Order: sequence, then C-alpha cells, then structure tokens
Amino acid sequence: MATRRPDDPDAVLTVDHLTMRFGGLTAVDDLSFKARRGDITALIGPNGAGKTTVFNCITGFYRPSEGMLTLRHTDGATHLLERLPNHAVNRRARVARTFQNIRLFSGMTVLENLMVAQHAPLMRASGYTLLGLLGLPGYRRAEAAAVAKATAWLERIDLLRRADDPAGDLPYGDQRRLEIARAMCTGPELLCLDEPAAGLNPRESADLARLLRHIRDEHATSVLLIEHDMAVVMEISDHVVVLDYGKKIADGPPREIREDPKVIAAYLGVEDEEVAQVDAEVGLTIPVAEEARP
Amino acid sequence: MNAPLLSLRGVSAYYGSVAALRGVDLDVNEGEIVTLIGANGAGKSTLMMTVFGAPRARSGTIAFAGEDITARPTHAIARLGLAQSPEGRRVFPRMSVQENLQMGAALHGGRYFGQDLEKVCTLFPRLKERLNQRAGTMSGGEQQMLAIGRALMSRPRLLMLDEPSLGLAPLVVKQIFSAISALNREEGMTIFLVEQNAYHALKLAHRGSVLVNGRITLSGPARALLDDPSIKAAYLEGGHAPTASVGEGVQA
Amino acid sequence: MAAASSASPAAILKDAGLFALVAFGLCVPIVSHRTDLGADGLELTPRWGLVAGLCAAIFAVRLVQRLVLERRAARAVLTPSPHQATEPVGAEPNAAQYPSSLGLPRLGLPLFVGFALFLPLIAALASGGLSPARYWIDLGILILTYVMLGWGLNIVVGLAGLLDLGYVAFYAVGAYSYALLSTVFGLSFWVCLPLAGLFAGLWGVMLGFPVLRLRGDYLAIVTLAFGEIIRLVLINWTDVTGGSAGISSIPRATFFGVPFKAGPDGFSALVGLPFDPMHRIVFLYYLILALALLTSLVTLRLRRLPLGRAWEALREDEIACRSLGIDTTKTKLTAFALGAMFGGFAGSFFAVRQGFVSPESFNFLESAIILAIVVLGGMGSQLGVAVAAVAMVGGPELLRNLGFLKAVFGEGFDPNEFRLLLFGLAMVAMMIWRPRGLISDRMPTVALGQRKAIGKDLVREGHG
Repeated sequence: MATRRPDDPDAVLTVDHLTMRFGGLTAVDDLSFKARRGDITALIGPNGAGKTTVFNCITGFYRPSEGMLTLRHTDGATHLLERLPNHAVNRRARVARTFQNIRLFSGMTVLENLMVAQHAPLMRASGYTLLGLLGLPGYRRAEAAAVAKATAWLERIDLLRRADDPAGDLPYGDQRRLEIARAMCTGPELLCLDEPAAGLNPRESADLARLLRHIRDEHATSVLLIEHDMAVVMEISDHVVVLDYGKKIADGPPREIREDPKVIAAYLGVEDEEVAQVDAEVGLTIPVAEEARP
Repeated sequence: MNAPLLSLRGVSAYYGSVAALRGVDLDVNEGEIVTLIGANGAGKSTLMMTVFGAPRARSGTIAFAGEDITARPTHAIARLGLAQSPEGRRVFPRMSVQENLQMGAALHGGRYFGQDLEKVCTLFPRLKERLNQRAGTMSGGEQQMLAIGRALMSRPRLLMLDEPSLGLAPLVVKQIFSAISALNREEGMTIFLVEQNAYHALKLAHRGSVLVNGRITLSGPARALLDDPSIKAAYLEGGHAPTASVGEGVQA
Repeated sequence: MAAASSASPAAILKDAGLFALVAFGLCVPIVSHRTDLGADGLELTPRWGLVAGLCAAIFAVRLVQRLVLERRAARAVLTPSPHQATEPVGAEPNAAQYPSSLGLPRLGLPLFVGFALFLPLIAALASGGLSPARYWIDLGILILTYVMLGWGLNIVVGLAGLLDLGYVAFYAVGAYSYALLSTVFGLSFWVCLPLAGLFAGLWGVMLGFPVLRLRGDYLAIVTLAFGEIIRLVLINWTDVTGGSAGISSIPRATFFGVPFKAGPDGFSALVGLPFDPMHRIVFLYYLILALALLTSLVTLRLRRLPLGRAWEALREDEIACRSLGIDTTKTKLTAFALGAMFGGFAGSFFAVRQGFVSPESFNFLESAIILAIVVLGGMGSQLGVAVAAVAMVGGPELLRNLGFLKAVFGEGFDPNEFRLLLFGLAMVAMMIWRPRGLISDRMPTVALGQRKAIGKDLVREGHG
C-alpha cells in the first residue's frame, strides 16, 4: 500500500493508516483508502470486517487508535476528523451519516426531523435563542427558509404528504429515505450511509439508487456507503473498497472488484462453475427481472 | 402427515385501532419450507409475532401440532417447539455469544448443548471465533447470525425466520439459504420464512404466500409464484440497471 | 407480560387467599396485640378482631383487583398499542395521531390561566371580603409556586429527558440568594430576583458540567446527591446561612419600591385605598402568577426555537443528535441551566413570601413532589403539569376539610396524617391507569398543515 498524500485535491476523504483497537481486538488494521469527490464509494466486506467501525471513526463516534482521517472541502479547507469532537465532525467538517438501525426522532414529525437537522444555521439565526425568544423577523425568515429546504427534500423523497405525521409511524422504506434526507439537510460534503438498502425490496432499492445518484450529481455531495446488496453496490458505486478482518483486500472500480478472486473468496463466495448463478443472485442479470422488463 | 403442523384460520390482529392482519388463513405442513412475501409494512412480521401471541389474535384460531395456541402465553408457545429469529435480532446484548446460545438451548436444559453448538458453529464460523465476546459489541450481521443460531439451539419443530438475510454479506446469505435448505432436507425441519428477498425465498421454498395490507392475496407452490407475472412486477423486478450501465447512472 | 392467561376463578380465589395469608403473617407481630402501659409494666391487649378485619379487607381488595385487572389485561392483550408493533403496519389510518382530541390541551391552558387570573376576585366574592379569602389566596400562591417549579423542572425532565432528583437545590439557591442579598447588602427584591435566577442557573451549569456525561440512573443518583449536598451545606455553614436556624426577617416584597404598609408612603395611600394587609398577599399572588406564566411562555417559545427542538431531539435519540452536529453537552447544559434559573426565581419568591428560610424547606421530599408533579402531569405538557400541581398540592388541603370522617373513624382521626399514604396510593393508581401522565401526547412544534398530537407510544421519555 503506497502512502497517500493527504493533500490530494481530488479526494474528499483520505483515510491514512487507520487502526482501531478494542482491548485485544483489532477491528480495523492499518486501513488506507480515498473517497474521491463526486464519487459514490462503497465499502463492502464480510460481517464483522470492521466497516461500521470505520464509519464510526470517520464520523467521530470512535477516536481511532492510530491513523489520520482527512476531509477536504470543495473550497480546499481541510479537516482532520480524528481530532474533532463528535458533533463538530458534522458541523464543521460537514460529514453526515445514517445508521444501520435507523435512528429517527420517532416521536417528532417528519418535518421536525428535518428541522432538527438544520439546527446549526437556525441556532445562528435565532441569535443563539436570545433573539429568537423575542420573535424577531430575522429568525422567522430563517425558519421559513429551513421549512422550505425541508419541504424540497420531502418532495424529493416523496414524503411531502406525510410531513406532519410522526416519523415513527412511517413504513420502514420511508424511514430509510427520511434518514438520508435528514442527513442531507445538514448540507454535508460527505454523506456516509450504513447499509441504506438493508431490508428494502428491489423496487425500494431502485428508488434508493436513484436518490443517491441525485445526491451525487445535484448536490456536490460525495457518498460513502456500506452495503451488502451487491445489486445496489454494482449499480451505483464508482469505486469499491473491500475489507476483511479490518484490512483492505481490494480497492477499485466495481467491475474489477466483482472479478477479484480474493473478494469472491472472502465475500461474494462463488466457485467458477457457479458464476452464472451468482451473477443472477448478485443482481446483474436477474432472470425474472430481465424477462419482465419491457 | 395429514393435519398441518401450523394452521391459521381467519386470524386478525390489531395494533390500537389499526388492523395489522385481516382474516389470514395459512397452513404450514410438516417438513415444508413456506415463505411469506410482501411489501414493508404489509404485516409479515406481525403475522409471525401473532403466532407467538404478541400481539394476540383478536379473532380466528391458531393451531400448532393439533393444539389450539391462540390464547396461550408466549413462553408456553415456545415450549411447544416453535422458535423464531425475530426482526431486529433481539440478542441479549450484555451476554456473551455462548450465553446467548445457552439461552436458546435452555428449553432442553442444555442436554444437547455441545452437539448443537458444534452445528451452529459450523454454520456460522464467525460465531465460533467470538464465543466469549459480548453480543452487543458484535456487528449487525454477526448479531443476525447469533439470532438464527439461538433459534436453532432450541431444536424447534417449526423454525420461523424473519428476514434472515438482513444485513448479511452475500457469502453468508448463500450459506444461510443453503443451511435452511439442508436443515429441511436432512433433518426434516419445518421452516417458515419471511423474506424481503422474494427471489431467493421463493427459489428455496416449497410453497409461498403473498401478504398485502394484512391479507393473504395469493398462495401456491413457490415455483408457480416465481413465474406469476403480478408477483414479478410487484416483488421481483426492481429496475436494476443492466451491467452495461454500471456506474454511469443513466436511467432515472 | 402481555401473556396474562385468563386465570380460572379458583386460581383467583387461591391468589387472594394467599394475599390474605401473607397479610395475616404480617399482622401477627404488628397488629395483633396492642401494648398499653398498665399498672405493672406493659400489658398486651389482643386485637384479633382487627386482624381478621384487615385480612378480610385485603382478601376482598385483591379479589376485586384480580377480577378487574384480568379483564383489563385481556382487553389490552387484544389491542396492543401501535408502538408495540414490530413494523409500522398499515400506517395510513394514523393510529397514534388524533387531531380530534386537541380541544382539551388547546383550550385547557387558557382556561387555567383565566381562572388563575380571577381567583382572588372569585375567592373574595365567595367568602365575602378579602380577609376571609386569605386561605384561598394563600392556597393559590402555594399551588402556583409548585406549578412554576413543575414547569421549570419540566424543561429538564420533560423536554430534555434528563432525570433530575435534586431540583430543590436550585430552589434553595434562589431562596438563600434573595435572603442573603437582601439582609446583608440590603438589595431590593426586584434586583435580587434576576440575580437569584442567575445564581441558580450558574449552579445548574456547575453541576451540569461534570454530571451530564452520566446517563439514566447514574445521573439521577448524582442529582439526588447534589440536592442533599446543598441542604447539608446550608445546615453546616452556620456563619453565612445561619445553620438550621435559617435566616429570618427577610424584607418583604414591595410594590416596585412602595411598601405595603399603612401610612402616607404605603401602597394603599398611593392607590387611594384603605389599608388592608391583604393587598400584599394579593400582590404576591399576582407576582407568582406572573412568574409562572413567564416560565410557561418561555418554555412554549423555546419549544419552537432550535434550542427547544434540540432538547426534544436529545430526549428522542442522543446519538442521532450528535450525528447532526448538535453539541449535546451544551444543549443539556442549557436545559439544566434554564430549569435551574426558573427554580431560582421560584426560590426567591418563596423567600420573599415567607420572610424566613431554613434548610428544612428544601429536603428531598420537595424534589420528589416537584418531580411527581411533572411525571403525573405528563412529561413535556404544560397543562398536565398545572393540573397535577393543583391535585398534588391542593389535594392534601382538601383533607383538612374532611372532618366528617371523624364520625366514621373516631375522634382521634386526623385525615392529614394520611397525606403521604394517599399520595402514594394516587401515584400507584396513576401508574396503572395513565403510566405516561395525565397528558402524554406531544404537539409538534412546526407543521405544514394541521398540527396533530403525537401519541405517547411514539414519544420517548429519554434515557436519564
């Protein structure tokens, strides 16, 4: 593994020799990779390979044992993520994330969830609450703008008519999309998604893929995602990083990864004679789906 | 094998005033794999939980091995030989993997613990590496394996799995599906499978049913369902891009 | 739990019998004999009749309870709440939302305020004059003090979801701040009031810094300890606080500088009324009403501001909050400080009203009562807290008027002695019938269309 230069202007996120130990267990072992700006980068690997741990390091929930995490904004400002406190990773470094087991504010409405996500700008507009208490027009304008932004996202994820319903009442697939919209409302440079397609049916997965492409193309937000649904990974990602036992075993465009024997052995799990079948299962040529396609 | 092992007749269940199941009829025969497919929120998990008495069926009857279990408490139902790996894993987070598996085996007082542990570890080598780790510190996929393993430890007559493939790597998904198939083929275990991955589930199962808004709309041999155009449209076709367009994000 | 199988009548009888047996076992050492001081030492008077009566009563109560609970449990099992659903099923007809029930909470608070505004007038008219109405106005002041404390603690417990068992400490800080500032430096009430709030808020921050990284039970224990520490300091720092003797002859409240006294420069002369000591009481009543309303208004406003929304989000899911860039420590601190500040205001009001403070007024029971008001009222609900305060503080007062019970229980019976017993029974009853408080729905703070109350099943209570 060659040493990467953290000042690579193309990379939105540079992970350098990241190691994370829990007691005697090394969950992530000397991992280095880059997520390029404007890409959807997928992080895949067997269960327990340390993918979520990497996410937790990037988003400030864990402090890495060793290594450097550099985030570079479009304007060139760099942030060393491993040094930022938890919440500042989102506020200052502009990294947003979703969770494997959806973490919405279930007792708040869909709209309120998106308003909470715009906490920082609204806080500033409300003069750190003091001016807001007086009900000055400046804050009211800011709030209207925040509602408009939330509304736009709700329209995008097709949940506008449920804006005033509690988030906990939404069906599973809608909750996943809402969580992504909530993360996007913080205006991130990098969006980290932990298994966004888990538990979604093929149709919902397709909607999700569309949403992610929209985010990448229209919002100048780069995406890093963990995903097991290879159909989704192969379809939308520009770059794939494969982990096994905390180490990187492959790194490249999806088509190369699919054929990498190490990845097949550790993750996809196919012998040569089964390739056709696996291609089907991996979602590249689902026979029935193909037939049904007009 | 005349009477079905599990049979539901006109089962309705409610959450508050919302009907989650409306008059569901369903049979699972001994030695069968039956799968239930349907959209998120159709009531698939509720159906599984209703069999276990939580929520209790408001009307209709549920019978297991010839006994009416509609009004039995959950723990008594489990003692009859039903086991499930519930949605959301529900492992005991502060107990070690081994302790979790012991909880599953508690039904038999741990008589078969050794040999069953061996079996579960063969199925999920990952668990073997982590026997002494606290379950709550494992990754989501590993917890999913543990939940399935724990259900297997009770040597059930009917194994109910709620989305066993959720969050698992493709290799493990393959292993699980082949294990399910092997359990059924070699040990004659009856399996009830709720799956989002309708294609996989229908390939594996003998029979399948489709749940829409709490009602069974279609039942039949799995093969036939797999070829049914309406099923294809609703649950199998997902608009996956053909290989050629990978990474280019062409179609909307 | 949900699996309460329908028990047979025989099983219920057996269960009730068991209860009676246990009661009998307890009665033998405690009730069965009365010791009287006789001519030669203690004399034992057997009371087996009483024991039999008690056991029979317990048997009957348990029997009825089982029969009632049995039916309730059976019903509950058939209709579990939507929250228990493992998946959001058929979410279209919204089970957890019901805009129709909005009437009460929406009208309730204005009704409450309206009644509170006219209480002195009503009381005076009803009892024929200001002086005879003093009892009612004093009671009103007492209740409103607890309403204000409840609303203040509601910010911490109800909105931010942080369990604070030592709220009375801030009440004490406020009271002593005014007591000391006015007696030592001669500052007037209107200068001391904001200062007292400020000091209490500062104490809130000081306590908050080390403590707020704790969660749940641990946070509760430390706040409990904090409350006790403040009380013990007040008792032992005799040089400053006067120890358990407290501080007396604290200056009374003035009408913005004009004292309530007879004579040419008093309040009555100023407004041209004949002097009446009740003016001061009525003034105090409106003062606490204004302070309580200020608390409520600020809270209602804050809920709609990003800070208040962050509090509620914190109660729902702290980890998600952090992932959205919310500094959870600061957010918790503001909740703690603001709650403490209102506690401080209430404390200085307490001092000015009593004219005397001592550590005895700030024991754990006070914390418990304030917390009980918040919990009974329904966490986060303004009206619920107000109603709960009326019930919890006004209810015991009712006991004084239950003289007729003496006819039943004999002359020595004092209903007041059973205050805590009733208090406990009421709590248990509430936990059975309304475990999430009187008003447990949550109103959204912002909406595109119509605001619909969110059912308690979806709203979380916070982890600490």
